[in-house]
Amino acid sequence: MKEIYLDNNATTKVDEAVFEEMRPYFCELYGNPSSMHFFGGQVQRKVDEARNRVASLLGASTDEIIFTACGTESDNAAIRSALEVFPEKRHVITSRVEHPAVLTQCRNLTQKGYRVSEIGVDGEGRLDMEEFKATVDTDTAIVSLMYANNETGVIFPIEEAAAIAKAKGALFHTDAVQAVGKIPLDMANSNIDMLSLSGHKLHAPKGIGVLYLRRGTPFRPFMVGGHQEKSRRAGTENAAAIIALGKACELAAQYMEQENTQVKVLRDRLQDELMASIPNARINGGGAERLPNTTSIAYEFVEGEAILLLLSELGICASSGSACTSGSLEPSHVLRAMGVPFTCAHGSIRFSLSRFTTNDEIDTVIRELPPIIARLRLMSPFGREHLKGQK
Amino acid sequence: MWDYTPIVKDHFLNPRNVGDITDADAVGEVGSLACGDALKLYLKLDENKDKIVDAKFQTFGCASAIASSSALTEMVKGKTLDEALAISNQDIAEFLGGLPEEKMHCSVMGQEALEVAIAKYRGHEVKIHSHDHDHGPEYPDQEGTIVCKCFGITDVFLKKVIETNHLTTAEQVTHFTKAGGGCGGCIPKINELIAEVMGTQTEEPRKRPEKLSNMKKMQLIQEVLEKDIRPLLWADGGDLELIDIDGPKVQVAFRKACAGCASSGNTARMVEIKLRDLVAEDIVVEEVVA
Repeated sequence: MKEIYLDNNATTKVDEAVFEEMRPYFCELYGNPSSMHFFGGQVQRKVDEARNRVASLLGASTDEIIFTACGTESDNAAIRSALEVFPEKRHVITSRVEHPAVLTQCRNLTQKGYRVSEIGVDGEGRLDMEEFKATVDTDTAIVSLMYANNETGVIFPIEEAAAIAKAKGALFHTDAVQAVGKIPLDMANSNIDMLSLSGHKLHAPKGIGVLYLRRGTPFRPFMVGGHQEKSRRAGTENAAAIIALGKACELAAQYMEQENTQVKVLRDRLQDELMASIPNARINGGGAERLPNTTSIAYEFVEGEAILLLLSELGICASSGSACTSGSLEPSHVLRAMGVPFTCAHGSIRFSLSRFTTNDEIDTVIRELPPIIARLRLMSPFGREHLKGQK
Repeated sequence: MWDYTPIVKDHFLNPRNVGDITDADAVGEVGSLACGDALKLYLKLDENKDKIVDAKFQTFGCASAIASSSALTEMVKGKTLDEALAISNQDIAEFLGGLPEEKMHCSVMGQEALEVAIAKYRGHEVKIHSHDHDHGPEYPDQEGTIVCKCFGITDVFLKKVIETNHLTTAEQVTHFTKAGGGCGGCIPKINELIAEVMGTQTEEPRKRPEKLSNMKKMQLIQEVLEKDIRPLLWADGGDLELIDIDGPKVQVAFRKACAGCASSGNTARMVEIKLRDLVAEDIVVEEVVA
């Protein structure tokens, strides 16, 4: 069965050009970039080139790019570093809708005596800026807020938040794994101190991430050992993956406009037609500024896992904020923080597109989803009750 | 992705007996929108009002909830009410070739709906938890007291599920009933209930075996620690770990609240008495720090 892959916020296809770029660095050019001989040196030059390409996508300098193993590592490194830099500060700020890579770490900090403030969001998933302004103080070591939400695609006013944090002397970190490559970023004109990105969200392979660290920002490494990454992240460079990420960033810059035109048009058509054809639905965060590739739609009276599995039978890959898919028992913390009504929180489906998504694929989903929802509603006591009420 | 058996997949993709019975003799409803799953079960009886001749269901929930409901309707057809009441949630799971442990609560929901339907038909008071959430309306009259506020689950219901499914950990209880799966605040209470149920299960006094091989002795020591001792410690937020068994010497390390507890010497003595009682009379329990 050919897959229709609409789960690009989970992971993406490695671009063929990216794979070609990394391919020689396994069996042929396998040298260690730190070696003194020519064989390592040629890898070192490619790693430098990759660093350039990543920096260029972010509007950063090459010395501000630290390669890590994943977005989660970058998030952990950023927050831990800030706490070591400011041992006297005991307050950490994040949001209620953060990815677990940040949220779990912050919640663990409460057990170590830190004050942790989780800023709320409104019904559309927008950050409560008033609450944030009132919460940040001179005891705040770090503010970590996501650039864009993985479940809803809602974009936070990160620059505004970073400026507020800076004014109080706090370091500012953003988990931008969902934003990089989808919307333009310019670190040269920014107050962000640290930013995390992940390769596999932008058509590079899994297992490679970056921590952007603004020049002059105090930093305490999470991984210590050798001198790699200017001693800010020890461990032999994952050269092939770094080279792949470099290529992926170069391509992301080229395709940025396409993300915001072609991909956005497909996303809009998908959600508009689904909203027109299926009643009793709402777009989670539909009223907020969102990533061009993401839409999360909540359907009343049905449960997300059942929808996903029926879609999966047709080769359509999507995701859900539903409890049953994750093994937890409550709807996603993001939807709960937004106050999505319980009547539909369990029936949320997220479609996340990429530049590889085609018109035909979107047509297929537009055709196949309505009968799936109708079928499950007919099976559901609440769906039937609702239908009866309409008659 | 969940590893569902082909039978689960079949009952999810081709559910049997979806719908309603307009002149049903018995209807059982459990769950709610807020819970994330709900089941409405209809039963039709024969002329003698004895045998179930037809069953239909409506389910809101995940694939395993739909499959469990479908399986249940197939299982009850042709059975008398008493035979149907004997169906346990384990029977439903077995019919489906097994369910992932995290999804066992779906089979419990099926069994519950059946119980409610039959109890209501017989005019009994419905002794079932209401599935009301702390954000929902006040809890209506129900047996027992609420343990899990997130999912509105009572101690009476939990004890029943713990007993019939031989559950030994709070995590298992969550998988079977959802209790503890929200805020997690009731997990200590769930551990107490587990300890309580286990305590009452020693129906016939167990006796120390006459003769034991070394291997058997080690197995028995482990069994006693797992079944008799650790649940008691969990109830107080403590725990222990078996470190080594060397002849009559049993070395244990205390964990969590027991670690560094002033009365851990007493606890070690309690463990020793229990092991001497049930395994061998020469056992000496030593506390080690490991």
